[in-house]
Amino acid sequence: MSNTLNHAQAAANFIADEPRTNWHNETLWFVRQKRDKAAHGLPEWEKLREWASQIKNHTLSHLDEYLIEFEKNAKANGVQVHWAANGDEHNRIVYNIIQQNNVTKIVKSKSMLTEECGMNEFLHEKGIDIVDTDLGERIVQFRKEPPSHIVLPAIHLKKKDVSDTFHEHLHTEKDNHDPQYLTEAARQHLREKFIEAELAMTGVNFAVAETGAFVVCTNEGNADMGAHAAPIHIACMGFEKIIPKAEHLSVFLRLLARSATGQPITTYSSHFMKPRPGQQVHIVIVDNERSKQLGRTDFKNSLKCIRCAACFNTCPVYRRSGGHSYHTAVAGPIGSILNPNIDMRANADLPFASTLCGSCSNVCPVKIDIHDQLWKWRQVLVAEGYVDTTKKIGLKGMAYLFAKPGLYRFAGKAGRAVMRIFPFLVNNKLNAWYKQREMPAPPKQSFRDWYIKNKKS
Amino acid sequence: MSAREDILKAIAGNKPASAALPAISFDELIQYADVLAQFKTVLQSIGGVAEEIADFDALKKEIAIKKETGEWVINRIEALGPLDAVDNASATQLEKLDVAYIQGTLAVAENGCIWLYESQMGNRIVPFICQHLVIVVDAKNIVPTMHHAYQQLDTAKEGFGVFLAGPSKTADIEQSLVIGAHGARSLRVFLLR
Amino acid sequence: MRVGLFIPCYIDQFYPQIGIATLELLEKLGCDVSFPLNQTCCGQPMANSGFAALSKGCDKNFVANFRGFDYIVGPSGSCVLHLKEHLHDDQFPGEAEHIRKHVYELTEFLVDILKVEKLDVSFPHKVGLHNSCHGQRGLHLSSMSEQMLPAFSKPEKLLGMVNGLQLSMPARPDECCGFGGTFCVFEEAVSVKMGKDRIEEHEANGVEYITGYDESCLMHLEGILKRKGSPIKTIHIAEILNGKA
Repeated sequence: MSNTLNHAQAAANFIADEPRTNWHNETLWFVRQKRDKAAHGLPEWEKLREWASQIKNHTLSHLDEYLIEFEKNAKANGVQVHWAANGDEHNRIVYNIIQQNNVTKIVKSKSMLTEECGMNEFLHEKGIDIVDTDLGERIVQFRKEPPSHIVLPAIHLKKKDVSDTFHEHLHTEKDNHDPQYLTEAARQHLREKFIEAELAMTGVNFAVAETGAFVVCTNEGNADMGAHAAPIHIACMGFEKIIPKAEHLSVFLRLLARSATGQPITTYSSHFMKPRPGQQVHIVIVDNERSKQLGRTDFKNSLKCIRCAACFNTCPVYRRSGGHSYHTAVAGPIGSILNPNIDMRANADLPFASTLCGSCSNVCPVKIDIHDQLWKWRQVLVAEGYVDTTKKIGLKGMAYLFAKPGLYRFAGKAGRAVMRIFPFLVNNKLNAWYKQREMPAPPKQSFRDWYIKNKKS
Repeated sequence: MSAREDILKAIAGNKPASAALPAISFDELIQYADVLAQFKTVLQSIGGVAEEIADFDALKKEIAIKKETGEWVINRIEALGPLDAVDNASATQLEKLDVAYIQGTLAVAENGCIWLYESQMGNRIVPFICQHLVIVVDAKNIVPTMHHAYQQLDTAKEGFGVFLAGPSKTADIEQSLVIGAHGARSLRVFLLR
Repeated sequence: MRVGLFIPCYIDQFYPQIGIATLELLEKLGCDVSFPLNQTCCGQPMANSGFAALSKGCDKNFVANFRGFDYIVGPSGSCVLHLKEHLHDDQFPGEAEHIRKHVYELTEFLVDILKVEKLDVSFPHKVGLHNSCHGQRGLHLSSMSEQMLPAFSKPEKLLGMVNGLQLSMPARPDECCGFGGTFCVFEEAVSVKMGKDRIEEHEANGVEYITGYDESCLMHLEGILKRKGSPIKTIHIAEILNGKA
């Protein structure tokens, strides 16, 4: 982990290619605009957000009861329910099912939870390779890189990148960048994998306590192709995916796709209740520090997240730094308030990768106070000591100065004098501001000086 | 202590004070002057095609012609002819399926989706594995929003069901929309008046 | 009404003309304005960097200076938002609460409290408005593009009263400029890129000036504009509303 660049460093590398940064920024802003258009189409949009927020607040406050209810109903439906305290346990449970059933042909539709648990890598080390079937995920899988966005995994790649990758792995025509052609090639390639699949893994968008059903939303149909072909289906979920009743799906399914991509709904919203005859269905319910987050008064609301990524698309920092700069499975603003809970040291940079503009909180369909939580995480990280020494010294100095009016005035006057008389002391490479910006002009008198001279009677 | 016990205990200990569920009022929901027109417009925008029909003559003819020309057709609509039993078919067996005709329960105007029960599909994989999908829905079963849909449906009645909106698609390659990803390449919806 | 004039630290030190304009404007509008002489800073730079725990001395000083006023007005959306949300004093909690409830950013004070309907000033120039995030989303100085709610804008209302002013909005009406407090140096690359992008949108509108109610944003944009050698100038809304020559 010490080799991982922090967000600021990774972002600087990303931005060094300015045209590509502009393209990435434009592409994601376009998705934000599609979301706006979809939201405008429903006069009750803000009401919907409020309902969704309240349903999630209620659910979190009765979470254990709903999980117990869900488990009971799922079991009654013939589904096997497993519990995993952390990512490692999750991976072992999946591995055991694979081993017990002696399967090798495995397909997986999008599951950010399995990314979070590092499942693909874990299984690879055991000699088991899984085929990711979401088109974006298959592309990044071929390229041996992680997805950069939880909904649009390959958003950081251009047509040419995909064409080169498919040429290498699927033997498509060199330099044929046509998305239609490339998608058709992926369709044929993955269709074979679906048909032959011995085990299919999916994520869970929503798990319904009342019925024991779980819902999986896709546009491609890959989750269904795998799950309905394979004799074994494993669905993985963070425990916060629970909602109380089927009728609540109306609220969430109206918000999810509109927030994520600007579509009124995904092509498929599949409701899995019972295994088909002869099929095994397993659900793995994962904690991985979620229960700890639940106990953090200031941060528990982050567990309301429905993984729509609207916050990513609106974030001016994410759009200009790319998902890989966040060095975690779930990037963007929501990731910056979830990840420090999982590993504070490794993710201490993330809450600072923000100007606290607040756009994220206002697109969030479940009204998570993301930007307020970013501010609060900063206090926690500083208190725990996870901050740069230079920063600490600088800010302690500032705090001292601002508590002492006389000293503040002296420092201000002296600083301005230095800027006027010895500008090179300030206008140089050591001054990060000065790298790409001129410093403000230093006036001879402060406002206070003027006030005393002109107004004070 | 098992993981289950540990997790539930941690949650019970950490969960916040009880918050109430919201009261969702149907009065606050969008209303459409013409749900059928809205459904058609939305379906078209998501890559599907909708047509109104008064009877099944044209569809019956269409199926006959397809079968004649060697297309593999599965029919799951009683009004169109005998139902093809596919319950026990495997994915391998259904791989070459060209067209499937399925009866839908209801349609939702706000987003162009249609609810299909497993029993209507005959086999869960049918609406996904076919190259082309045709769905028939009673025009009187078009509801305005998802709230109305969940009110009318019992989505837990069968082992599987899906809200299906248009043909499969992806925009994963540089945000270029491609119709026809892993599911059906096309969707035609016939609204029976 | 007794108004305590709050002049943010960096305006006091680097942009005194904004303080002067704010004072003159409030007096023209009939306020009895005092400038407490021992004010320093609102505490935001420390707090936003995670050092809110160190702000006690700064906060105490603020309360000591500003207790006893009917209103406290300052030409900065972000500073005022910070005070509203975070100003505390264990020794004088009542006073701190009073300040939190009566501190206003300049444009909201003019629109909501003074209920200004006309200004006898001119500024015959093409001006782009920058909606600073904390004022907009935090203080609700205007509606925001993220929310599906009726549009309104207090700064635009006031600028509409200025003769000859041609107002334009950038293509992305409320995207952040990238200043973000210490973010501007600790994530320098992203900060500057965000500022450059904002400027390009104003340039596309052919503006002569970029204005706003937060000098921190304008200072950051001005730094980039100057480095670029651009003829576009930044000007704080207080100066426009006060009638800049």
